[in-house]
Amino acid sequence: MKTVYVDNNATTKVAPEVLEVMVPFFSEYYGNPSSMHFFGGQVQKKVDEARGKVAEFLGAEPSEIIFTSCGTESDNAAILGTLDSYPEKRHIITTRVEHPAVGNVSTYLGRKGYRITELSVDREGRLDLDELRESLADETALVTLMYANNETGVIFPVEEVGEIVKARGIPFHTDAVQAAGKIPLQMKKSKLDLLSLSGHKLHAPKGIGVLYIRKGTKFSPFLIGGHQEKGRRGGTENVPYIIGLGKACELAQKHLNEENTKVRSLRDYLETKLLERIPNTLVNGERKNRLPNTTSLSFEFVEGESILLLLSDLGICASSGSACTSGSLEPSHVLRAMGVPFTAAHGSIRFSLSIYNTKEEMDYIIEQLPPIIQRLRDISPFWKDYLRAQGRA
Amino acid sequence: MWDYTEKVKDHFLNPRNVGEIEDPDGAGEVGSLACGDALRLTFKLDEKKRIKDVKFKTFGCASAIASSSALTEIIKGKTLEEAARVTNQDIANYLGGLPEEKMHCSVMGREALEAAIANFHGQKITKEDFEVICNCFGVTDREIIKAVRENNLKTVEQVTYYTKAGGGCGQCHPKIEAIIEKVRKEMEKEAPPPKPEKKKLTNIQRIKLIEETLGREIIPALKADGGDLDLVDIEGNKVLVALRGKCSFCPSSEFTLKQYVESKLREFVSDDIEVEEVRP
Repeated sequence: MKTVYVDNNATTKVAPEVLEVMVPFFSEYYGNPSSMHFFGGQVQKKVDEARGKVAEFLGAEPSEIIFTSCGTESDNAAILGTLDSYPEKRHIITTRVEHPAVGNVSTYLGRKGYRITELSVDREGRLDLDELRESLADETALVTLMYANNETGVIFPVEEVGEIVKARGIPFHTDAVQAAGKIPLQMKKSKLDLLSLSGHKLHAPKGIGVLYIRKGTKFSPFLIGGHQEKGRRGGTENVPYIIGLGKACELAQKHLNEENTKVRSLRDYLETKLLERIPNTLVNGERKNRLPNTTSLSFEFVEGESILLLLSDLGICASSGSACTSGSLEPSHVLRAMGVPFTAAHGSIRFSLSIYNTKEEMDYIIEQLPPIIQRLRDISPFWKDYLRAQGRA
Repeated sequence: MWDYTEKVKDHFLNPRNVGEIEDPDGAGEVGSLACGDALRLTFKLDEKKRIKDVKFKTFGCASAIASSSALTEIIKGKTLEEAARVTNQDIANYLGGLPEEKMHCSVMGREALEAAIANFHGQKITKEDFEVICNCFGVTDREIIKAVRENNLKTVEQVTYYTKAGGGCGQCHPKIEAIIEKVRKEMEKEAPPPKPEKKKLTNIQRIKLIEETLGREIIPALKADGGDLDLVDIEGNKVLVALRGKCSFCPSSEFTLKQYVESKLREFVSDDIEVEEVRP
């Protein structure tokens, strides 16, 4: 059975070029970058080079790049490290559609006595900037909101938000885990103070992340330990993965254009054809302002897990915002925050593409999905009721 | 990914008895679009008052579809009195087990059956007669009490897995806890007093008792499901058996062996019995 992998917002394939540059750092070049001898020193040089590549990719200075273990660590460090620097400020602003790496940290802080403002989104997944303006207060320690949503791909106007937030002198963090590699990022021109990214979403392996911290931003280390990362993140550097991430950022920079042309047109092709062929299908989130690789579709009157398993049976790997897939009983917090009706929220499927996908793969999905939805609708008690109500059966 | 048994996958990919019977003798519907799953069950009886035909339509995940399909297979050919005794555990067992988080799918099957039987008798089970405990999923105290009793549930989390109650905002957790406590107290009172200590047995007595128990309690039950079992040997507290008939290739034979054969032998012979399967 062939595998059609369209779940790249969950994780991506490690690029062969990335793997290739990593291997020697598991075998030959195993020195500790902190060592005084030549054997460690040569590794330090390579780590510096990788840091330079990441900095270039982000349009930042190498000294502003901290390597972490994952996107979640970057988010935790950004939030907790900032709050620790402003102990007198007890208010955080975030949104209702964050990834758990931010959302659950703010829930935790709420329990610890912080005042949390969760900005709402509209039916299309968009922020209301007036709500943000009204929420800013003297005691606000941090504004943290995602660059682009992992489920719908909807992009927040981060720079506009930055204008508003920085006018009040408040630290501003974004989780750019899904945006990096799909939207050009230029920290030198940005209003952001902190930005998180994750290696395995851009064809580096799992187990490496980055936290960008603008020069001059107050920050207390989250992992306390050695002098690594200029004392801002203790722990011996994960050298092979850092080298891999450097290469992945170099490739991502190169492929940015392809993401926005080839990947976008494949996504649009898939989406348009599925909307054409499957009645009662909705697109979740604003279509215009969206990551080029993501589409979240809801198929009314059927349930997401059933769709996923039938797709999986045909080798197609996607994901769902339905309740059953996560083991929770309610559909995803993102779809609920957007007010997607229940008829549709339980039947949502996310396809997220990468530069490795092909038109043949899209055609395979376009051919296989309509009968799956029809089959589940034939089993569903609501479909016939619906058709009857419409006078079509 | 959920760890579904082969039987769940089979009933999901090839569901039995899908559809709706026109002019049914009984019809029951539970769940809703908002809740994320729903089941509509319809049946017709033959002249002997046995379920001749039964069909389902389900909106839900793989285990909801599989549970519905299993339910229809279980109750086909049964009288309504027999069908009324089917529990959610029977549905789960038929499928070789369900992930605990998905047990509510088997409960939904049992509830739809109950509603359909009530419908046949011209009755309707309405939520208005009971107190709604969980507002997010519209679960009443009656449903929670029943799930706790039938499945011996101990925690709020388990109640959520079995009934969905408490799976939304979580405000009803204290109420659910109070129900669990009350029901478990009642169950303790109803339970028979603990049996007297089992006598110490000689080897010969023990072997005889094992043989008797197998013949009287265990083998007839297995045969009823088309299975069988041979006693191969007894080594101290270890009872070696070979599964025959349907049991020999049943995916849930391991479960049968430990949960049924071993627990019966422990009940009637001695608490330290261990049952092991010998493969030919």
